[in-house]
Amino acid sequence: MADDWTLVIRPKKRLLDLDLKGLWRYRDLWYMYVRRDIVTLYKQTILGPLWFLIQPVFTTVMYMFVFGGLAKISTDGAPQPLFYLSGIMLWNYFSDSFNVSSNVFTSNAGVFGKVYFPRLVVPLAGLTSNLVKMLIQLLLFVIVYVGYRIAGTQLPLRPALLLFPFLVLLLAFHALSWGLIISSVTSKYRDLKFLVSFGMQLFMYATPIIYPLSAASGRIRTVLELNPLTPVFEAFKYGCLGCGSLSWSGLLYSTVFMCVTLFLSVIVFNRVERNFMDTV
Amino acid sequence: MSEIAIRFDHVGKLYHLGTVGTGTLSHDLNRWWQTKILGHEDPYLKVGEVNDRAHKGNSDFVWALRDITFDVKQGDVVGIIGKNGAGKSTLLKLLSRVTAPTTGEIRVRGRIASLLEVGTGFHSEMTGRENIYMNGAIMGMTRAEITRKLDEIVDFAGVERYIDTPVKRYSSGMTVRLGFAVAAFLEPEILVVDEVLAVGDAEFQKKAIGKMQDVSRGEGRTVLFVSHNMAAVRSLCQRGVLLEDGGVRFMGEVSDTIENYLRDSVVQSSFDGIDGDRSVLFLRKAAILSSDDTICYTSSSLTIRFEVTVVKNIASLVVGFNIKSAFQYPLARADYNNANGCNTLAPGDYVFTFKIPPFTLAEGDYQIDFDVAERNVKRYTTDLSKLSFSVSQGNEAFGNVFADNTPLKKSIIQEKWESTYQRL
Repeated sequence: MADDWTLVIRPKKRLLDLDLKGLWRYRDLWYMYVRRDIVTLYKQTILGPLWFLIQPVFTTVMYMFVFGGLAKISTDGAPQPLFYLSGIMLWNYFSDSFNVSSNVFTSNAGVFGKVYFPRLVVPLAGLTSNLVKMLIQLLLFVIVYVGYRIAGTQLPLRPALLLFPFLVLLLAFHALSWGLIISSVTSKYRDLKFLVSFGMQLFMYATPIIYPLSAASGRIRTVLELNPLTPVFEAFKYGCLGCGSLSWSGLLYSTVFMCVTLFLSVIVFNRVERNFMDTV
Repeated sequence: MSEIAIRFDHVGKLYHLGTVGTGTLSHDLNRWWQTKILGHEDPYLKVGEVNDRAHKGNSDFVWALRDITFDVKQGDVVGIIGKNGAGKSTLLKLLSRVTAPTTGEIRVRGRIASLLEVGTGFHSEMTGRENIYMNGAIMGMTRAEITRKLDEIVDFAGVERYIDTPVKRYSSGMTVRLGFAVAAFLEPEILVVDEVLAVGDAEFQKKAIGKMQDVSRGEGRTVLFVSHNMAAVRSLCQRGVLLEDGGVRFMGEVSDTIENYLRDSVVQSSFDGIDGDRSVLFLRKAAILSSDDTICYTSSSLTIRFEVTVVKNIASLVVGFNIKSAFQYPLARADYNNANGCNTLAPGDYVFTFKIPPFTLAEGDYQIDFDVAERNVKRYTTDLSKLSFSVSQGNEAFGNVFADNTPLKKSIIQEKWESTYQRL
């Protein structure tokens, strides 16, 4: 008999079998997930999507009070609201995306236990719906930014700003690959879950969000520069706020770091995906 | 049309019992050491035991399925039957790629859709319409496909009025109907169905079964159907696979498979021993005999036969039995004394037979409790002699019953009405 099977189910599959074709076939599911995330988040609320904006606004005000007012941490000359808002916006995108990817298995066990579809659809959809959320916050940032310019504040617009899509992509894939590794490990052993949630909070302080990189020096600065997210945040602030720095070597480091973890995460994810239902 | 749609080739699935904890980690490390470093075979694959729930095994590893090998031809409707824990659901899980097999290979020709549980991915905050798209997309449909079939789906589910209301306001029946409707319009080459018909009202069940029949007969698609409902399996399927303890026990025509299954389902259809007091009064043998070999159909006549030995003179003797439903609900009572007015028997051995005419008991499980006693003093029989039996819908009875031909009704009384009708 001819070997024209459409599907062969085997105990194991190859390490790097990404099934991109399958992913493409399920693009409508990806769209539905994104839609679901956005539509259902603020159903039965009065302010609706305005909540996307309220959270960063209040956080910014809080940071201005605590870090800018009480602790007097420098913003390197940039207006405080813009400085904090830009950091919060990018950081929220990273941490939200990370959370989605790191909970793929545990929070979708119900659906995964019944139907097969490429599991990667879910974290990819999570990245996308978070992107929409971030773009709404970016709008707020732009409004405040324009307001400051009209009021006469000197704010440079450097060509480095053109890197913005690339910076977002870097953040997204960092979040995806770290999250996938965590989710693959926690599907069986839950220990890491506890570490991750407060580890993420600590990690925020290891990233130049509420302070500029230039405020650190010596060994601390070396540590901060080892953080692959540092050049991303710095480059954005360099592009539009006049503070920060554009470090090509830093961005290259960040990209290489991302590629390696992404590669690893795909291997781990592929292995776990097959049998996680038995252990989750 | 004799092409093979699904081929199971020595498929096995090993499960780890107990909880995941530090023990699991040490097993994992040990397995990794043995296989990857020393190059041995996986030590845990060997210790797996046959899956028998009732007995405590020596190993934490159990084969939910072992060495499953069979082919399903294109266009066949195959019923998969077996007791709870025989491996039916595991088999479907492997086929729908929810989890991977431990050994062996499954080869499939065509697109598979599974109805392991309908309404997967429904989000209670989204409207019926949004959920149709969501659910359809999860099952692999494109948005264009769903839009094309939307009207049909809504119509089939019968929820037109609620289509723009969030699903959380739906009754549970409506939710299930909506879920089934989406799945019914999937149009895959292979459909995997796991006991979804047990939900919904009679009207919907009829619709659902009709749809499944259309799918298999009219459109020549392959269907795998798992159910405990023999009548539904019998009416829908041509072929059957009987699973037992993770292995294929029988495969063939659906009626043969069901017969094989039913022959086993009697728990204790006969008792051979002594139940009671040897020096006073005891029951010795008891059996339920069917006019159809060992299987009790609704159309069989059943005979309850038991022997009682009276040793001492007892002034007021009770010899009888209760028929109870599977849930211990008393259904009927029979007494030797009632029939002939006498209330004692001289010492000696006696044989009693009671005959239940055809079409008395409906499909279901029953128990018989013997009551051999001295009235108001002491009951001599115990649970030891309790008998159980199952009555199944017979082939010939199917479709002839009064109410309607949905094979899923569960009534206590078997309808065999004497009915007339005339034009007024």
